[in-house]
Amino acid sequence: MSAPVLIGYFEHEAQVLAATRAVREAGHDLRDVYTPYAVHGLDDAMGLKPSRLTWVCFGAGLLGCTLALSLQLYTSVVSWPLNVGGKPFNSFPAFIPVTFELTVLFAALSTVAAFLVRARLFPGKKLQTLPRVTDDRFAIVIAPRQSPESLEAAEDLLRRHGAVATDLKEVGP
Amino acid sequence: MSQQHLSPLRVPLVTEPRTLGQLTEEICAPMERAPTWKWWAAFAIAVSVLGTGAGIVAYQVGTGIGVWGLNKTIGWAFDITNFVFWVGIGHAGTLISAILFLFRQKWRTSINRAAEAMTLFAVMCAALFPVIHMGRPWLAFWVLPYPNTRGSLWVNFRSPLLWDVFAISTYFTVSAVFWYVGLIPDLATVRDRLKAGAKKAVFKVLSLGWTGSHRTWSRYETVYLLLAGLATPLVLSVHTIVSMDFATSVIPGWHTTIFPPYFVAGAVFSGFAMVLTLMIITRVVLGYEHLITLRHLENMTKVIIVTGGIVSLAYATEFFIAWYSGNPYERFAFMNRAFGPYAWAYWIMVTCNVVSPHLFWFKKIRTSPAAIFALSLVINVGMWFERFVIIVTSLHRDFLPSSWSMYTPTMVEVGTFIGTFGLFFTLFLLFVRVLPIISIGEVKSVLGFARNPHEHAEAHPSTHAPARDVSTEPSSPRLHPPLAIATRKDVPV
Repeated sequence: MSAPVLIGYFEHEAQVLAATRAVREAGHDLRDVYTPYAVHGLDDAMGLKPSRLTWVCFGAGLLGCTLALSLQLYTSVVSWPLNVGGKPFNSFPAFIPVTFELTVLFAALSTVAAFLVRARLFPGKKLQTLPRVTDDRFAIVIAPRQSPESLEAAEDLLRRHGAVATDLKEVGP
Repeated sequence: MSQQHLSPLRVPLVTEPRTLGQLTEEICAPMERAPTWKWWAAFAIAVSVLGTGAGIVAYQVGTGIGVWGLNKTIGWAFDITNFVFWVGIGHAGTLISAILFLFRQKWRTSINRAAEAMTLFAVMCAALFPVIHMGRPWLAFWVLPYPNTRGSLWVNFRSPLLWDVFAISTYFTVSAVFWYVGLIPDLATVRDRLKAGAKKAVFKVLSLGWTGSHRTWSRYETVYLLLAGLATPLVLSVHTIVSMDFATSVIPGWHTTIFPPYFVAGAVFSGFAMVLTLMIITRVVLGYEHLITLRHLENMTKVIIVTGGIVSLAYATEFFIAWYSGNPYERFAFMNRAFGPYAWAYWIMVTCNVVSPHLFWFKKIRTSPAAIFALSLVINVGMWFERFVIIVTSLHRDFLPSSWSMYTPTMVEVGTFIGTFGLFFTLFLLFVRVLPIISIGEVKSVLGFARNPHEHAEAHPSTHAPARDVSTEPSSPRLHPPLAIATRKDVPV
């Protein structure tokens, strides 16, 4: 089941920021905003909450740290203790560099993996791109209520904020 | 944004007025036109050097590393010098992409992509040397801790050389991921410009279905920040660990606690010199002087002054401590460095690394690309000699005068080193052809920096984007004056 969405195209960052704020204030269902670059302030305008990916990063880092220490302790103390120049089997300070590297490795790879999963980015994804939003246009996508008046109101709002074109499109969910 | 105060002290980062569309055109242009004969010439040279290097490596693997000039006294020389040299070069890329990002240095946006690519290629070159040094490179996987049939004989986690394995491989992996994440939006831009075909299919896969959705951008920014935060300590750790290969030993001249900061500063110093070498050529060849501006070059030379100062301080501190410690072996090692048989190498190092960066105090030199280019080469020579001096002079006259010796590299060693330059430039030249070498999305975000929002770009006939039609689309009455928009006729809207 797909509903038609209203798309407004803009040319300037400032316009799209103001329009996004206005769309939310007018109570329209703001689907998304498409931009050629990361527009600062748009998080606020769209009312997006801070990403929780930071927790993934922290957790994965902790996991990497634990695994790295466990591996080094297991191999050097339990599995095959080897006397290297009379150093203790548990040469803890010497284990820190590898622990640090694996902490960073786990944190970085897991964060990126979690991001790709959460943002549903994967090779071969079926594309529904709007024209020129990866080049020089900004687009606001609204799902207006199914009445001609509200559609007109939404379109008028976008036009007033500087939309150079508007478009009504059937899209998948 | 119109409510932003426009400081007169701020200068635009992109020196020519450009529209978003023009930027896309300009940055994608080199990928979309046929290579020039100059590119083919450079590529042919790079590939033949690489081929020669590969042949030499095949010879030494087939014959054994006895073909090197090492002897019982000097067991480490050219190979590890080149390893440290290349790893160091890589550091500037991460510094620009991660550390300058955390410091909110917006000028980094037009050089970070190429600098990160340089990091990856330099680390690849570096990683070759330890693998070749193994003599039997097909057993390189023995450096990894995996359960094996030798009773599960594990690697020695107390060895700095093993730390190196983890540091370099993590550094390479994280740098590659960081670089790729930065590329995704630009890959989508390129994808949307291409007409259906094999190239479009490739970019479609690589761009992972990026649509420019701000919900994704928002998460993307978080991830980018996290990666920058992770890459920053990582890059410092990498050269710290490389320096520990020496510092944890008991050889006079190596066994010093200042090695980690000394090496990291040296790495950044040489890395920025290499970035300058590459960028000064690239910006002229591709006509990017308004994106990679004189100001970028100037800023980088300032980093060189600072890191060069740290390196000079480290040289002085080493000498002071050699005297102050009262350790006769330490004293001898340093006197031998400066006045022994390798004094020529030491004084080349001092001239290139201590004296030459001070020329950058002069604004005339800082703003002359030709002078910067020449000095960047001088600094890279100096930094190579620094590693050579540290490694060879500390070893060649050891505790027992009867085993004193000299080291001269053989043609095989020199050829291998030159071969890695072939690899480096081959990869860089390919990169310039197949990927956007400037981060399109990031430069767009700083396009309005220090510019009056109402002063919009005129339809400026640039080198790559010939004058286009002024958009005739309807605009609402309360808007800015009519704008010149880079309109592409093949795409509706």
